[in-house]
Amino acid sequence: MKSHIWRPLYVVIGMVVLILIVRQFVVPKEFGVHERGYMYGWHNKADERFWKEFKVKYRTSEFCRDCHSDKYSSIKQTPHAIIQCENCHGPAMDHPENPAKLAIDKSREQCLRCHAYLPYQQSGRSKIKGIDPDKHNEGVECAGCHNPHNPKGEHKHHKHKHSQAEAK
Amino acid sequence: MITRRDFIKYSLHGIAAISAAGAALEIINPSKLFASKDSKKIRWGFLVDTQKCVGCGLCVKACKNENEIPYNANVSRTWVERYVLLKDGRVVADSPKAARDGFITNRVEMGHGKYEDVKKEEIEKAYFVPKLCNQCENPPCVQVCPVGATYQTEDGVVLVDRRWCIGCGYCIMACPYGVRFFHPVYHTAEKCNFCYHRITKGLKSACVDACPFGARLIGNINDPNDQVGKIIRTERVSVLKDEFGTKPQVYYLGLSKEVR
Repeated sequence: MKSHIWRPLYVVIGMVVLILIVRQFVVPKEFGVHERGYMYGWHNKADERFWKEFKVKYRTSEFCRDCHSDKYSSIKQTPHAIIQCENCHGPAMDHPENPAKLAIDKSREQCLRCHAYLPYQQSGRSKIKGIDPDKHNEGVECAGCHNPHNPKGEHKHHKHKHSQAEAK
Repeated sequence: MITRRDFIKYSLHGIAAISAAGAALEIINPSKLFASKDSKKIRWGFLVDTQKCVGCGLCVKACKNENEIPYNANVSRTWVERYVLLKDGRVVADSPKAARDGFITNRVEMGHGKYEDVKKEEIEKAYFVPKLCNQCENPPCVQVCPVGATYQTEDGVVLVDRRWCIGCGYCIMACPYGVRFFHPVYHTAEKCNFCYHRITKGLKSACVDACPFGARLIGNINDPNDQVGKIIRTERVSVLKDEFGTKPQVYYLGLSKEVR
């Protein structure tokens, strides 16, 4: 063959070789077709480990029970037994080392998530005892009167009357 | 000298012998045999009981904290939708801040900063529907990734490689369920992965643990004795957008026709 065909061909072959060499360094070792085949499983295996080692923050109420068994067993006697400690107390993470103290969500909005009455007959919401947030002691923190660890117990103090009529 | 008759006879015998050997290899494919024997293989699946959801949004709160999704950014791996069917035939639906703070008012967000105050008398039906990644058996988001940054693990969960994602957004457009978004910090595609770090350690997904009403369940759908596997086998379940052929693996109990 003539040299005017070979010369550009050398350039192309050189480029292909160069790309293959660069690829050796750039593409991670564990990159390839894995269990789910070429279409769905083409990835770097090391990333699976990244996600498996992601930090767990919510440790569940069973983790809290190890030290706070008194609180755990008392709330289990109430309708609030279904609520995880960490839903209000925040994710435990490495408590008590880090954080030493958890930030408790005592906000009115936290209670209203379930106890703001909504007339939605097709959902469980309308079966939960609820209030109209605009009429029932507007702006006041619920925990001031109602004990979230014992919602059916006595109100902490009777500054205002809690009428059942308000709770539709 | 070979006769024509013998030539045809030998040829047919030869072809039969070769194809018989080939067929035997096909039938006794060792890798396929081991795969079918290994029925203990995990396939993660999710079950949402919409009848039990009250729209408290504690699942969304837990998910955002657990998976380090910036709390005040208007993106979330999971969310809860509210559907309100009015007596005049209209359907209004919303999910303010992905229902991170739950639903505490009758006002339905209509978009563009508009709200509609829905009175009790106007409501025909109203309910909540939690949504999350369906971890499809045929994930279209994975097919479109040009670099192999999103992929499916052996146990069926679709993950995103943050170090490999180039942020082109194809997967975000490809997902029929709209579960993908850009992570505000890493600027890479982000999605629900059933809390892969939790389920592989024997824990449940953060949203499942956070739900006080048992509206969310996670389990191994290959196991007929598993809580989720059993319900999918024995009860009437449905999936979202079945017609797309993505084979979603989040099953719903009590889904209504208005839910998209």
